Amino acid sequence: MLLPAIPDTGFDLTMSASVQSGSAVEYPRHPPGDLAIWIFILAELGVFALFFAAYAFARSHNVALFDEFQQHLDRRAALINTLALITGSYFVVRAVAAIRENQRDHCVRWLLAALSMGALFLVVKWGEYAHHFGQGITLSTNTFYMFYLSLTFFHFMHVILGMVILAAVAWKAQRGAYSAEQHTGVESGASYWHMVDLVWLILFPLVYVMH
Amino acid sequence: MQYTSQAVAKPYFMAAIALFVAQILFGLIIGLQYVWGDFLFPEIPFNVARMVHTNTLIVWLLFGFMGASYYLVPEEAETELFAPWLAILMFWVFLVAAGLTVAGYLLVPYATLAELTMNDLLPTMGREFLEQPTITKIGIVIVALAFLFNIGMTVLRGRKTVVNLVLLLGLLGLAVFFLFAFYVPDNLVLDKYYWWWVVHLWVEGVWELILGAILAFVLIKITGVDREIIEKWLYVIIAMTLITGIIGTGHHYYWIGTPVYWQWWGSIFSAMEPIPFFMMTVYAFNMVNRRRRNHPNKVATLWALGTAVMAFLGAGVWGFLHTLAPVNYYTHGTQITAAHGHMAFYGAYVMIVLTIISYAMPILRGRTAANSNKSQVLEMWSFWLMTVSMVFITLFLTGAGILQTYLQRVSDAPQGFMVVQEQISLFYWMRELAGVVFLIGLVLYIASFFVGSKDPEATVEVSG
Repeated sequence: MLLPAIPDTGFDLTMSASVQSGSAVEYPRHPPGDLAIWIFILAELGVFALFFAAYAFARSHNVALFDEFQQHLDRRAALINTLALITGSYFVVRAVAAIRENQRDHCVRWLLAALSMGALFLVVKWGEYAHHFGQGITLSTNTFYMFYLSLTFFHFMHVILGMVILAAVAWKAQRGAYSAEQHTGVESGASYWHMVDLVWLILFPLVYVMH
Repeated sequence: MQYTSQAVAKPYFMAAIALFVAQILFGLIIGLQYVWGDFLFPEIPFNVARMVHTNTLIVWLLFGFMGASYYLVPEEAETELFAPWLAILMFWVFLVAAGLTVAGYLLVPYATLAELTMNDLLPTMGREFLEQPTITKIGIVIVALAFLFNIGMTVLRGRKTVVNLVLLLGLLGLAVFFLFAFYVPDNLVLDKYYWWWVVHLWVEGVWELILGAILAFVLIKITGVDREIIEKWLYVIIAMTLITGIIGTGHHYYWIGTPVYWQWWGSIFSAMEPIPFFMMTVYAFNMVNRRRRNHPNKVATLWALGTAVMAFLGAGVWGFLHTLAPVNYYTHGTQITAAHGHMAFYGAYVMIVLTIISYAMPILRGRTAANSNKSQVLEMWSFWLMTVSMVFITLFLTGAGILQTYLQRVSDAPQGFMVVQEQISLFYWMRELAGVVFLIGLVLYIASFFVGSKDPEATVEVSG
């Protein structure tokens, strides 16, 4: 442990307690995964929190404008994407559970399934962007679109980064780098992916739904 | 020294320190010119002295980075440097180019220098910090390419460590972004826009990777902590640096004619720029606390910890002070900027170069690990004198900046620039005084290379 342990908030992002049963290894361990990834996750959440706060601040000065243009967003696409990310999160949980049972092939397969959910998200999101750009909407159209495009694109980049991390973990798992005893990398990748999911779960209602 | 070719670092470090002295002397000159307007006029006008002050800073830091690379890359790669002769040749090319450029600044009017160097063929002169004649810029590119080739081949040939790869990525970025110094669009907005790609993406982007790599190397050496742990932190820090720093460029785009969204982007992302610096502080202290051996070079440890703290204060805290668009609306271009600039450059880049010099120089000069106690104690004095005086320079400039912002821009009856300058002159005097203390610290620093050099090497107390 490099730093004093992060206090247990009782909110276990990897759901490690619920998926491991009868495993020989001592669980649950807090935080799961590498502490460095948690520092990174906290920093990332900090950036998003600030972004959300800025959104709330800007919206409070422009409620009518935000409400009006929010109606132009494709909530159905966003809902599909929410389901894609949640499903992806479920898949990485299964990947962690699999490696805890020493089932490397299953672990890799679940990671690939999670990656496919990430890819689905990117495709749907790209469709939304194509629609907006087709209408000539840019960052300078108005404050709402500035926030919508910036926030979702910043998150979009994080989905890509999360996929890169999961792909690296899958590649290492394929090569037999992880086992029931040692799979910190899988837990770290899973934790990061949950962060990407969690941020979307705030972003979706905040930007698409709430008015 | 594990590899004989590491010795090429020595002239680079010596040139860096020599230019450091020049930088401080010219800093004192312009500091005095703030309150004594015609001091040394017309021989050395303020604009020329300032150009020398900022340009020598950048050049000596580049010498320091190159020296650091030549020292640590072979050791990390566990192989001799690819072409030591090329490193020595480039040292002389770079030194002569730097010397001629400074001489040009001082001896002829800037416009004449532009004519002499045929700036009209490819006009790149006249932009702050990038004032060098085009021919010097081309020289810098050649030196950078030869340097990258040399370092890159060494890395390719040897062990590939995270420290080396991060360093190489930083150096590559340094070279690539410098190319924007050759792009000078006629449109003033675009001109400024891309100018920041050199200035900002250097100091708040790729240079931080270089800083991170050098700090990691020194920490591995002096603490004996597992490389894997230090590398992991390095990854997290550079990822955070790039996420915040790249879009953080936006904090320069508030008022230059760029779209309004930069005010949001710049504010949000650059507000997070202190995070990687904070991580760096936590990690440096943590690694030293968890050290598995006591290294006899105590002063190098002091510099390493000092870098982590002062970089966070100077780059992180003092940067945050004026980075939010609504604040920057008032503070833009005041002495607040100067306060931030001084402590950030000192805390992050001057100190990291002095850290690696402090670690490597004793070994390059034939010691096994460290200088004598006497020499180290003197160097510690120089550390504290320079660091504390820099804190005061920063505080005085911050005081001047707050007053300036208020009197000139916020108060009900705003006053003119020069009227305000007159009123804050006391702060400038105090800053100059702190600058003199800094120079004393620098003199002691140089003296520490000669004092106690015949004494036996410092050893570690057994008590641990």
